[in-house]
Amino acid sequence: MKSRKLLTGPYLFWSVSFVIIPLFMIVYYGLTDKEGGFTLLNLARITTPENLKALGLSLLLSLGSTLICLLLAYPLAMILAEKKVRQSSFIVLIFILPMWMNFLLRTLAWQNLLEKNGVLNNILHFFHLPSLTIINTPYAIILGMVYNFLPFMVLPIYNVLVKIDRDVIFAARDLGANTIQTFTKIIFPLSLPGIISGITMVFVPSLTTFVISDLLGGSKILLIGNVIEQEFKQGSNWNTGSGLSLVLMIFIIASMALIAKYDKDGEGNAF
Amino acid sequence: MSNKLIDIQDITKSYDGTIVLDKLNLYIRENEFLTLLGPSGCGKTTLLRILGGFETPDSGNIIFDGKNINQLPPNRRQLNTVFQKYALFSHMSIAENIAFGLKIKKKSKAYIQDKIRYALKLVNLEGYEERFADSLSGGQQQRIAIARAIVNEPKVLLLDEPLGALDLKLRQDMQYELIRLKNELGITFIYVTHDQEEALTMSDTIVVMNQGYIQQIGTPEDIYNEPQNAFVADFIGDSNILPATMVQDKVVKMLGSVWKCVDVGFGRGTPVDAVIRPEDIDLVKPEEGTIEGVVTHLIFKGVHYEMEVLANNYELLVHSTDMVPVGTEVGIKVDPFDIQIMKKPESEDEEAVGIEE
Repeated sequence: MKSRKLLTGPYLFWSVSFVIIPLFMIVYYGLTDKEGGFTLLNLARITTPENLKALGLSLLLSLGSTLICLLLAYPLAMILAEKKVRQSSFIVLIFILPMWMNFLLRTLAWQNLLEKNGVLNNILHFFHLPSLTIINTPYAIILGMVYNFLPFMVLPIYNVLVKIDRDVIFAARDLGANTIQTFTKIIFPLSLPGIISGITMVFVPSLTTFVISDLLGGSKILLIGNVIEQEFKQGSNWNTGSGLSLVLMIFIIASMALIAKYDKDGEGNAF
Repeated sequence: MSNKLIDIQDITKSYDGTIVLDKLNLYIRENEFLTLLGPSGCGKTTLLRILGGFETPDSGNIIFDGKNINQLPPNRRQLNTVFQKYALFSHMSIAENIAFGLKIKKKSKAYIQDKIRYALKLVNLEGYEERFADSLSGGQQQRIAIARAIVNEPKVLLLDEPLGALDLKLRQDMQYELIRLKNELGITFIYVTHDQEEALTMSDTIVVMNQGYIQQIGTPEDIYNEPQNAFVADFIGDSNILPATMVQDKVVKMLGSVWKCVDVGFGRGTPVDAVIRPEDIDLVKPEEGTIEGVVTHLIFKGVHYEMEVLANNYELLVHSTDMVPVGTEVGIKVDPFDIQIMKKPESEDEEAVGIEE
């Protein structure tokens, strides 16, 4: 047993030095001013109109993209779950394939596609259609979020759906449920753990991203992630940046707790 | 026990070119306990799934109560299924599980409450309403699955090896429970199993199947005492299957000797198979038997001793409550009505096959 415990050593070292200590540093910076005195002002900075607007927009966009991901992912996961293993693993591969390419490259590619003189508008121009201004709008950011995070929604839902015993579905049909009732009363409730972990895995990175909004939203649209980034890099104000990070963390923890309340089985524990 | 409730006509089903059921015909009477018995892969579960509506036959018709139900989806058939692995809804309480079918049919709350209480009482699980399936044992889950099916008052209950996952003692208890349920409810049971003992214990009618064909239909006594071919004889209980020749009606030659039997109509000199159940062989003093033999093996089985007797180069299996030590020379006697004559198998699928357990 003792040697077993030793095996946790490397991980303990890792998490203490790269997770716990940095976290305490963020808390320390967040609750102190430049002279090192205790203050809550850094947290209160969230209430400035610009920061509130950024937080609100972040929540709106990440909720929107999570919802779109869910609507796209669920039917796809259902179709995949129906297929035989060999067919579905091929389609799953196609889905995961883009994830093997760098996240920044993919987002940059979208920038190219959506630009004023980009690929999309060139095609529209070719067909004598009016050009679209998507780049540097919230829509472009949602598009980027959905594109990048969709696989994280599909996979957990697919995983729970394939695990549902076919006989359970047959049993519901056998007891008189039509296909819609079977879905609403059996398949959907049984897939909730997957939905919850999918939501977690899309919502959290969407809420904190600053790269997608940087590349696809231009400098005009600030999300809370961008605000924090600017505090650290341009303002060199670690205290305010940390304070805002803490507020954002509280938001994430609160929303996860809300979700976890509906996750009785505890299977969707993505955090 | 009179009119046909289900008439299965010429049902054929194949998967990826392998024929599972081949032009199968069978009818099931009202109030019957009918068992589909056979080794795995004989098509019995497929037939049950076709009846339940989860599989579509390639050809043939299912007539239920005079109506063709081929195209009817499972939710509109007047039968309910108890699945092999119970298939309870894990996100619902036991009460919600049982109420599922009734809620779909929009029954009143009071009616549903009554039914839940009645069904739980019937399966001896009163007070389990608020529990969840994963906190129940296999036998309890099985009984809940049965309760969930019968509250819908189906005309027919389909049971797919429902006792397969239970241990021996529990299985025997559940067998009696099922017989009691069937008598109390007065509904038709169609039961699928590969366990011949289970089939003999519970059924009114046994349908022995092998490789998509029906081998024999009959009462448990018929099937056990008068197997029509070597497959049935071998599958149901232990048996000695011996090559023999009919000398004339009621006389058969086997084991190098001439025996009296009760079968007629096979024709003089016809090669046949003779079946003798191990408990029907009497070991007597050497001079009193029809032929002589030597005991070669002896095993104590609890209720009886199992012996092997070498006679005329054949190893005969003998069950007896009397112990005869290995090496004893014995006489072998069989009563004429204990010798069952069968025609030789004509096709491959009638041949006795090894039974995987």
